[in-house]
Amino acid sequence: MSVLVGTDTKLVVSGITGREGTFHTLNNQAYGTNVVAGVTPGKGGQNVEGIPVFDTLHKAVEETGANTAMIFVPPRFAADSILEAEDAGIELIIAITEGIPAHDELRVYNHIKANGRSRLIGPNCPGILSPGKANVGIIPASFFREGQVGVVSRSGTLTYQIGNELAQRGFGNSSIVGIGGDPVPGSNFIDIIELFENDPQTELIVMSGEIGGDAEEQAAEYIRDHVTKPVIGYIAGFTAPPGKQMGHAGAIVSGSKGTAAAKAEALEACGVQVGRTPTAVADIAAEILGA
Amino acid sequence: MDLLEYQGKQLLARHGVPVPSGKPATTVDEAVAVAEEIGYPCVVKAQVQIGGRGKLGGIKVAASRAEVEEHAGNILGMDIKGLTVHEVWIEEASDIASEYYASIVFDRSAKSSLVMLSTKGGMDIEAVADEDPDAIAHLHVDPLLGFQDFHGRRLAFDAGVDADVIRPIGDMLAKLYETYLEEEALLIEVNPLIITNDREIKALDAKVTLDGNALYRHPENAELTDPSAEDPQEKMAKERGLTYVKLDGNIGILGNGAGLVMSTLDVVAQAGGAPANFLDAGGGSKAEAITSAVEVILSDSKVTAVLFNIFGGITRCDEVAKGLIEAFATINPTVPFVVRLDGTNDVAGRELLAEADLPNVHTVATMLEAAEKVVELAG
Repeated sequence: MSVLVGTDTKLVVSGITGREGTFHTLNNQAYGTNVVAGVTPGKGGQNVEGIPVFDTLHKAVEETGANTAMIFVPPRFAADSILEAEDAGIELIIAITEGIPAHDELRVYNHIKANGRSRLIGPNCPGILSPGKANVGIIPASFFREGQVGVVSRSGTLTYQIGNELAQRGFGNSSIVGIGGDPVPGSNFIDIIELFENDPQTELIVMSGEIGGDAEEQAAEYIRDHVTKPVIGYIAGFTAPPGKQMGHAGAIVSGSKGTAAAKAEALEACGVQVGRTPTAVADIAAEILGA
Repeated sequence: MDLLEYQGKQLLARHGVPVPSGKPATTVDEAVAVAEEIGYPCVVKAQVQIGGRGKLGGIKVAASRAEVEEHAGNILGMDIKGLTVHEVWIEEASDIASEYYASIVFDRSAKSSLVMLSTKGGMDIEAVADEDPDAIAHLHVDPLLGFQDFHGRRLAFDAGVDADVIRPIGDMLAKLYETYLEEEALLIEVNPLIITNDREIKALDAKVTLDGNALYRHPENAELTDPSAEDPQEKMAKERGLTYVKLDGNIGILGNGAGLVMSTLDVVAQAGGAPANFLDAGGGSKAEAITSAVEVILSDSKVTAVLFNIFGGITRCDEVAKGLIEAFATINPTVPFVVRLDGTNDVAGRELLAEADLPNVHTVATMLEAAEKVVELAG
């Protein structure tokens, strides 16, 4: 088992004919992901290395039965593309695009939640990898193998770092889920931790957070009350000064709120072990899993 | 993106929010000219993005031309909590019957917009929230519904505003919400929102934060700048399209991906070092971007050593190595570099560096070792 993407995934890529879109779609396909369609308005009838391209997401779903969408279009078109995928009945929408305006994200989030039929991952995320089964997004899959650690993270490259530290100690992953670095992610730590808790393959959960917002604090309470599997936390941004946006739109300490120290404390108060470096996370994992 | 007070007020005024009339000035002569036009008494206000300006002498009332000269002369160039005042805002003095507080906050936790109103304006609202939380009326507005008349009524009644301004305050909140939505702000705070003796409502101060990701839809807002907040390195990085934040230390940092760079700063600090900057070279960086980033890092004269921490996903380590080699060819850095390359094309990247045999460039295997090495070399 794994979570969200796997052998049942039938992927449609919005923005498949763009340079990055084509490159990563073909990478995902080469990994074994079942890519059934692409969408670029005005390019319906064409194909990308044999993958049929449609003008609308609705047509792509109708013709191919796609159940997962990857959004790879520029920021000014991305919110619209997510809403189109939701309207077309896609169950899982994974938005890679960085730089979507916050008010667009807020409308999209509330609309999707009100309808209750789709799950959005991202935006501004590296996607989801279920090693050995499917890769949707830009995670460099060759560094990860199948195993028992579920990883959920707000950052892309930091996930690779943590995943790599785990791999060096011989641990693989059930799934790696990037929820993204924006202020209004479609799914949060809690949503993904719940999936890992119910996934038989996952024995240990690693959550990698960062400064800004209170998603980690909310997750801490959820873990205390609802999660039986061991969880290891990591928080980036202890040295971040208040009021400065550290790369990600969502990574900002506002006044005294959203600091790394407060998040680490909240997690520890709820029984989550927190590694102070990516290496320390792997050390704790080794202790728990006994390697 | 945070606006200066007067930039925020001009934004509010465009949406029909009454603000005292005024104009910005960058010299004493300009300040006097504005004051002569507005009349006396007027207020001279330092334009820096920092709370508590008034207590530090950054806001003065002037009753005459001579007083404007005196106050503008003192305030322009003044240092307020590390920021130099480059601009003052001269506005007509307002008579104040009551000071209220109003704000709209993009509430990422509630995935909604939070509107607040209080009759305890003119003071630090966080202190009010601590001491007397009931004094702040608040509610969330569904982004799919927008601000309704009842929201304004409810806030006005809950906050206990004077009976004669219940409706005008509601209208004012509606206009603030309109500004927030149409300008794509993440924060609009008016403290104080005043009631004059003539029972007019005016925004006497304005704190506005705009969404940087939405500026492409607001080209006129994208041009608003704050000379006092602009650090030379940050300005240089912005012009080159790099994500850079200046910090206080002496170890220059370059990495790929915001999370990994934040983590790198932390690990360096834990190893006893002080990072000079945050620099995310971004995904898929080509050699030229790396060279350009090295120039920005080294333009900070405090930097005594540089750490490259790369875990390549879309970023290719051979491109990073080429960029560093190019930087040595063009700017010939004199400080030591510690380089850690992992991920896509890491072997090729390390080979390139080994062949180039750059002076004082140390290649290390892990992030922890890299942090320890750079701290040792930085001195």
